[in-house]
Amino acid sequence: MSANQTNQRITIKGTRDGLTLFMDDTCSFENLLKELHDILTSHHFAEDEPMITVKVELGNRYLNGEQESQLREVIRKQNKLVVDQIVSNVILKTEALEWKEDTEIRLHNKIVRSGQVLHVNGDLLLVGDVNPGGKVIASGNIFVMGNLRGIAHAGVDGNEEAVIAASYMAPNQLRIADKISRSPDNEQGGVHMECGFLDEQREQIIMDRISSLTKARPDLNAFERRIFNG
Amino acid sequence: MGEAIVITSGKGGVGKTTTTANLGTALALLDKKVCLIDTDIGLRNLDVIMGLENRIIYDIVDVLEERCKVSQALIKDKRFDCLYLLPAAQTSDKSSLTPEGMIEVINQLKPDYDYILIDCPAGIEQGYKNAVVGADKALVVTTPEKSSVRDADRIIGLLEQEDIEPPHLIINRIRNHMMKNGDMLDVDEIVQVLSIDLLGIVADDDDVIKASNHGEPVAFQPNTRASIAYRNIARRILGESVPLLSLEEKPGFMDKIKKVFGLAK
Repeated sequence: MSANQTNQRITIKGTRDGLTLFMDDTCSFENLLKELHDILTSHHFAEDEPMITVKVELGNRYLNGEQESQLREVIRKQNKLVVDQIVSNVILKTEALEWKEDTEIRLHNKIVRSGQVLHVNGDLLLVGDVNPGGKVIASGNIFVMGNLRGIAHAGVDGNEEAVIAASYMAPNQLRIADKISRSPDNEQGGVHMECGFLDEQREQIIMDRISSLTKARPDLNAFERRIFNG
Repeated sequence: MGEAIVITSGKGGVGKTTTTANLGTALALLDKKVCLIDTDIGLRNLDVIMGLENRIIYDIVDVLEERCKVSQALIKDKRFDCLYLLPAAQTSDKSSLTPEGMIEVINQLKPDYDYILIDCPAGIEQGYKNAVVGADKALVVTTPEKSSVRDADRIIGLLEQEDIEPPHLIINRIRNHMMKNGDMLDVDEIVQVLSIDLLGIVADDDDVIKASNHGEPVAFQPNTRASIAYRNIARRILGESVPLLSLEEKPGFMDKIKKVFGLAK
């Protein structure tokens, strides 16, 4: 009876990439650790076996930092096992808020004047102008409903998918992730309803009509996609 | 209770001091009691343009270091009984000029005057902060040049952080023929970029320099283009609605004849 129960707590599956451990998420963590220890020690790995990567599926269980290191410790004790990743369906509210902040659209209604910097986490929706010498920075996309005459830096934390769009585009510079493009030296005024994004090779910023974004970035508005990709 | 208005621009040489002197004169012409304060310590000019240089005994630093009273440092204008100047110091150490001191001086002056015009030094350092701290309103002066508009933009951004009414704009030194040819930023373009209310435009006029060199602000003259522009701005400060002056040169005698014969545009 008891043996049957213990068997249900942890299920091991072998895949091409290594082992996946499915953990029961209703029992106590101590029991889980103990059983994991028993299972792993009952199996002997031969010296000449290659290293095996292990993926741990926690289900709806949340581990704090200490518990996670305990879990890793138990698995690591087996010389042949390497923890690849630990996956859980649940996150803390604070983490969720951070995630939300990073993907939320921030609305600002102001003029970013020369010398001013507007820095937001997530997407920036600016209702107003960015004047020459002003700068807007966002970890996500930048949308300017107004004249973009200063500098816009989208995806400042390295998001190469980020785009910059403006009602009137006459910027000093556009920056996306770590790529920079500047306005041509022969001044020729700006363009209406344009956007900038990185080309497929992620090498340079290209400009196009805003309507072309539906092709270039079809999942621009997919919040869930961003959650799962981190 | 008077109103303190700071005249600022960020960039140097766009006409802050000239504007201060002329608006002071124009307001005095309209029977307002006006006090001008020069806060450009070490590079004072306002007294020269007003032609009051030789009358200076005490200056604003003397007031702040309590070597004299405010009333002793004030200089009455040559032409008006209701126009006074509090000059800047030319030699003293400017460290004694503090924001607290400025507020103190302005509060002492406010009950006695209708308008207190503060001439701000160029730049955005301590001198600017001292000039702005005691003001209720701000006028931003710019010329139709990119660099000057850029600095005006910066200053407007800084003024927005102060506890002060939204600033108004004066565009100075407009050369009509250059604006027409597109060699100069035009008024609409400047107002669009800066997006603050336009208080007035002043044409680039030789008379302004001539008058300044004679120590007599141009606003005192009856009918030059610049003097009318300054007096219009003064009336707008008083709340009148005055249409913007046309920048067109008045057609001369020959132009009229040409027009008769259909030769002119």
